[in-house]
Amino acid sequence: HFSIPPPPPPPPPLRRPASWENGCAAVFAEALHLGNLLVRYGYIYPLKEPRALQLKPDESPYRFQTPYFWISTRWPATELDYAIYLAKKNIRKQGELMEYEKESYSQLHKRINHTWDFVVMQAREQLRASKQRRKADRMVLECQEQAYWLINRPPVGLSLGFLFSSMFFLFYSTLFGSMELMELIFDPINKDPIMHGCLPSNPWISDDPAHWALNADQVSVPTRLRVERWSFSFMELLNDSMGRKEFMTYLEKEFSAENLCFWQACEDLRHGETSKIVQKVEEVYRQFLAPGAARWVNIDSKTMDKTMEGIKHPHRFVMDAAQMHIYFLMKKDSYPRYLKSELYKSMLAKAIVPQETKKSVFPFMRRQRHSSPSPAKVIATATEQDGQGAGQAGANSSAVSQV
Amino acid sequence: MRGVTSARQQHQLAEAGEPWWRQRESERKRPNTRTSSTIPSPLCASSLKMACQALQSGESLATLKNESDSLKKKLEEERAKLHDVELNQVAEKVELVSALSIRTRRVLKGHGNKVLCMDWCKDKRRLVSSSQDGKVIVWDGYTLNKEHAVTMPCTWVMACAYAPSGCAVACGGLDNKCSVYPLSLDKNENLAAKKKSVAMHTNYLSGCSFTNSDMQLLTSSGDGTCALWDVESGQLLQSFHGHTADVLSLNLAPSETGNTFVSGGCDKKANVWDMRSGQNVQSFETHDSDINCVKYYPTGDAFASASDDGTCRLYDLRADREVAVYQKDSIIFGASSVDFSLSGRLLFAGYNDYTINVWDVLKGNRISVLFGHENRVSCVKVSPDGTSFASASWDTSLRIWA
Repeated sequence: HFSIPPPPPPPPPLRRPASWENGCAAVFAEALHLGNLLVRYGYIYPLKEPRALQLKPDESPYRFQTPYFWISTRWPATELDYAIYLAKKNIRKQGELMEYEKESYSQLHKRINHTWDFVVMQAREQLRASKQRRKADRMVLECQEQAYWLINRPPVGLSLGFLFSSMFFLFYSTLFGSMELMELIFDPINKDPIMHGCLPSNPWISDDPAHWALNADQVSVPTRLRVERWSFSFMELLNDSMGRKEFMTYLEKEFSAENLCFWQACEDLRHGETSKIVQKVEEVYRQFLAPGAARWVNIDSKTMDKTMEGIKHPHRFVMDAAQMHIYFLMKKDSYPRYLKSELYKSMLAKAIVPQETKKSVFPFMRRQRHSSPSPAKVIATATEQDGQGAGQAGANSSAVSQV
Repeated sequence: MRGVTSARQQHQLAEAGEPWWRQRESERKRPNTRTSSTIPSPLCASSLKMACQALQSGESLATLKNESDSLKKKLEEERAKLHDVELNQVAEKVELVSALSIRTRRVLKGHGNKVLCMDWCKDKRRLVSSSQDGKVIVWDGYTLNKEHAVTMPCTWVMACAYAPSGCAVACGGLDNKCSVYPLSLDKNENLAAKKKSVAMHTNYLSGCSFTNSDMQLLTSSGDGTCALWDVESGQLLQSFHGHTADVLSLNLAPSETGNTFVSGGCDKKANVWDMRSGQNVQSFETHDSDINCVKYYPTGDAFASASDDGTCRLYDLRADREVAVYQKDSIIFGASSVDFSLSGRLLFAGYNDYTINVWDVLKGNRISVLFGHENRVSCVKVSPDGTSFASASWDTSLRIWA
């Protein structure tokens, strides 16, 4: 935590511009005003006298509020949330609430009496979960919560309108506690087939390869889990050939497809044959970096200079800096917009959730296990001069990973 | 200046038997917004300042030395606190893994001798295996069909790997080389004829792995080095020196933005290397015996190791230390191989006592023991989509479990 130091003393009065003192004080006043706003809106809270929502320019300690409780990230506080908070405080402090809190509590009890069981249950659950924390953490969270409610308590008496989403928010927080733990443990995207099974069934157990067919590299309708995975991280999107293709389509609409093309070309350079390095570097330069290039990519001048120097003695990693720049450009800019785009949303909407295959009650006869075309065959038929391989190549359902 | 204890106040507190920084510490014990405590760097700077001031006021050297020793101790304690909590403490809040019903789903028979190594194809159902009698077989694990077979000119083929494209396999062993065989669909064609010798070491080949493409091969050898090769030309691109004994295993980091890999060897060390520069960037030495296998955690932030000392360990790369040991008094045989499940929650480990143990990575306890093999388990690998894992054994068979 921190405290605001008092304003610096003015320098000795020797040949200083008249505006110096005013300037110092003006900046300080501005900063104090901004700080006050931050406190009033709950981004910073005082540790002593929590109800005095102002920033004092003395040694009083303050603390940053956790983002979970920022009004910019939280759903609007509802009566239900407030009721749960008051119920918790009531249980914890055995009835010792502030006057206005007691009033609100009894009012809420009347107004949302029909969900009071839920309120009490939630309060108990949250208290129970918080008991499992370390005392220090518990105290911090109590401070944060108290600070939040001092600012955000809904004026009791207005009409109801609780959002169900806030209930889920609270469930979430009682089950999983701190944000860090949630990241570590709650990972629905990488659902582990060995632990939780997979849809429609695990091919090794049921002798039904439908799971592989539904998740093949090029499939007309992807599974929902797969599309959701693309939103997990930029790397997940790029690693999936279908995701990458979709992203390329989106970039083409935005007229920034050259970024992804450049990135792919750099990958090809990094992982390809040594003998082709010089040729590939020239190609990349010609297509993406040369002045007036057809698919010119926007790189900052420092990186460009460094890359140009490196091109004089081309090697496998010469494009690394430029590639990283473009990668982060896409990640910070195009990727989040893609996730909000119609293209992604419609893909998500039409994605399928396979039905779980019901295991039959009686021991079923072992199904015939069909073989799949070998990935080796695809390349071999592509190099054959006669056209007889074409049919097989088209029928290939097994994954041929892109390089 | 307000807010900082003056030298006079410090002196007064010291006289009262209370080192001035102790007051600060009680302030620090107040709840923080983060669960981990912060490094008390103001503590260090101010205490140094205080020490200087005290010296000026004539305090003896001995007192100052005591002061500095106790400060050092404090620092160590704070550093230990910085390790946040132990892994199993964090995992206290995590649900227990429900009992798993993992069984053998396929048994692949066909090798004439001990199976030493195996690797999955990216198509999630094919795999390649190599054995002591020199045979390398490519199977469709799902149908049990053998699709290709190669006889190597040497025995003890200890390493094999499937190319990312699925069009080739790499293998090697006592011949000190790693060779790449393109897989031909023509059954009549002799695969051995198309063989391409890529890597050359001065001792046996213990491990090999393709990087992101078919064009580069990473190998580890009994000569104590690892090396990166260009497949097309056989040229050595980078070599990695640092182990002081045989290197037994290597594994590439999953992240694409990072170019690192980890290796484990008979010198009990696990080293992390930068592929581009050849530098050894991190090293871990906590095992009591040879490290047989190393494997990255799915996110790339940690890796696990299996050793002849009967334990498997988890190392966190960011914390730069070992964070978990998976062991039991009843396990007295060495662990030969480990792999993580898709989510990283489970750790499958194969042992020389013919069993496979399934460990809960976060909580550190063993979830189940899998029996079935009739001799040592030499290699354990989870399939690319995590639906199953395969084990290779000295009992000449491979098993697929799910």
